Amino acid sequence: MNTSKILRSVVQALLAPLIAVVVSMAVTSIVVVVAGASVGDFWDVIFKVPSHRNLVNITNQSALIFLAALAAAIGFRMNLFNIGIEGQYTLAAYTAALVAGQAWFPGKVNILVALLVAMAVGAAWAGIAGVLKVTRGVSEVISTIMLNAIAGTVVGYLLSNHGQQYGQGRRTTPIPESSQLAGWTPWKESDGAIWTLVILAVLAGVTISFLINRTRFGFDLRATGTNEDAAVVSGVEVKKMVVISMLISGAIAGLIWMPALFGGADYYGPPFQRTLGFTGIAVALLGRNRPLGIFFGAVLFAWLSEQANPLALVADISPSIVQITQGVVVLAVVVAYEVVRRWTAAYEQRELKAALDREAVSA
Amino acid sequence: MRRLSKISVVAVVALIALTGCGNKTDNKNDKTGSTANADVCKTAKGNGPKVGLAYDVGGRGDQSFNDSAYAGLKKAVGDLKATCVEGEATDGEAESARESRLKDMADAGMNPIIGVGFAYSDAVNAVAPNYPDISFGVIDGFDPDQTANKNVAYLGFAENEGSYLVGVAAALKSKAGHIGFVGGVHNDLIKKFEAGYVAGAKATKPDIKVDVKYIQESDLKGFGDPAGGQEAATAEFDNGADVVYHASGASGSGVFDAAVSAGDGKWAIGVDSDQYLTASDAQKPHILTSMLKRVDVATYDMIKSVADGSPLTSYQTYDLKKDGVGYAKSGGFVDDIASKIDEAATKIKSGEIKVPDKP
Repeated sequence: MNTSKILRSVVQALLAPLIAVVVSMAVTSIVVVVAGASVGDFWDVIFKVPSHRNLVNITNQSALIFLAALAAAIGFRMNLFNIGIEGQYTLAAYTAALVAGQAWFPGKVNILVALLVAMAVGAAWAGIAGVLKVTRGVSEVISTIMLNAIAGTVVGYLLSNHGQQYGQGRRTTPIPESSQLAGWTPWKESDGAIWTLVILAVLAGVTISFLINRTRFGFDLRATGTNEDAAVVSGVEVKKMVVISMLISGAIAGLIWMPALFGGADYYGPPFQRTLGFTGIAVALLGRNRPLGIFFGAVLFAWLSEQANPLALVADISPSIVQITQGVVVLAVVVAYEVVRRWTAAYEQRELKAALDREAVSA
Repeated sequence: MRRLSKISVVAVVALIALTGCGNKTDNKNDKTGSTANADVCKTAKGNGPKVGLAYDVGGRGDQSFNDSAYAGLKKAVGDLKATCVEGEATDGEAESARESRLKDMADAGMNPIIGVGFAYSDAVNAVAPNYPDISFGVIDGFDPDQTANKNVAYLGFAENEGSYLVGVAAALKSKAGHIGFVGGVHNDLIKKFEAGYVAGAKATKPDIKVDVKYIQESDLKGFGDPAGGQEAATAEFDNGADVVYHASGASGSGVFDAAVSAGDGKWAIGVDSDQYLTASDAQKPHILTSMLKRVDVATYDMIKSVADGSPLTSYQTYDLKKDGVGYAKSGGFVDDIASKIDEAATKIKSGEIKVPDKP
């Protein structure tokens, strides 16, 4: 009995993501056919056994995407749609790179200071939206989108007016060698290194998981997200919660690009990776805002993007096509969870009815 | 209720995002529908150089920068019996993705490998030292560090010289004595276009008024934002300008639309490739000329140098002298002033006119 129960709950947990993946694969295949390319070639490339170099890149990218999704998930857990991760991490990455480049502190202390600056800037930028919401009733969806645009413009202005000339572009002063982290090279040097600060993703995941599931704050957060009125009645200060959640969300967002900055980029400039903030929102939805779910979502997205790279080379398909796979999987997972939830509810109701009938007969 | 409004806002955001994707797919479809069969890399079977061409975002079919590189590649397949593979960047990709693309090509034995766009500068710098026997080229590229790479050529252009010529054309054609410029992103590269254009116009009519607008301060999406281009150009036309030159990549179609809406006698000037040829029928009567940036010449040159056994290295500037920049005459709208433009070109080539590269 017990094992069958466990089995059933495992099936229930896996069913929705499985359906979503199958549906998105089907849709992608159709798009590939419509685009006039070979479906077989396409999936061969995507499911090819990754090389050592691919594995390193997938690990690194997963960490960045995980951090972005975690930042989004904290807000989502209490119905706070922080769409502004993009602006928060852009501004934070620029400021941290700027501070680290000044080398005010020696070696590793410099890194620590830069990380704190990144978190503070991300938190402050998200905090603006939080304060606007609780004091003026501005929807955080609107304000964070606006703040994204402002962050992009501010960084661009500062970079082109105060940045270091760098070919046709500009960058911040590179961070000193003593503050660069070599990373871990599991294979050959040319296969690349796993960034040291990938550990930030693990730490943030564990911390947030604990915070949400094991603390009073986390309980209030979940309560507000589930039923705001009930939470207010039971004494939760919703306004305070909104501001704090935005601050935490922004602080995590500030960390997103830090592994790359200290792991090899060395400055903010052309190699800065954009759009992670939006990828994070999609992955948070995919992972149902749970750190473990987000982890699998992040790996899936990183895998798809990395494996898709040689598509144009090998199969003459634009690698942009995996963005469709990624989009559909998010949509499909939302629908699939609802479908599975209804199935489960109906099944449980039948079970309950059967049990009651049995009791009625024996009585 | 609040929840409902939130959900609807999110739905709208999602819809906007998905429409973006939809457009991309359409482009891809168009591309595959019209040119996939014509892709020379599928049919090329020569014994000449094996070329790896890594496109920037947009890839083959962007009717601009990337297509121009493809034209050079196509010429090499015809003239030099080259074979080729192609790669394409996606929007917002990681630096490691660019490096991977180049390594994949190097591992497949390609030589030369050409990155289309300055975004490949860092990636080539990271990859090239591992493959000393392969020649790399970067269009618009530069060496990011102090150590010179012996096997990399940085293929740059004198965009300011080409822009000077279309600036002359704009000043000669403007009846209002008032012209405009729309840049995609306010970076040093696009400022070079602005500087040449303004210099050319002022040299022709010293009292001419030039409006300058940029779509984005730093975000590269300014090169893919037709709505932003239209807005900026419309503002300049409304302000009294009658010729607007754009250096904004794919946003340029919005600038052309703005010229169409502004009515007869309002002109737009294209960039990079001869945009009269790819414009819609409604836009064609408004495209005065285009500033040509001959990425095809640089691409072909790079491949040829490898075929000849003396690969290009270090900085190469494609200027007027090398036929690396120029202006287009399609449509015949500048035929009456061509002699004056060519006169300016001759003076630039001889060094009599020095074109500034900063505004």
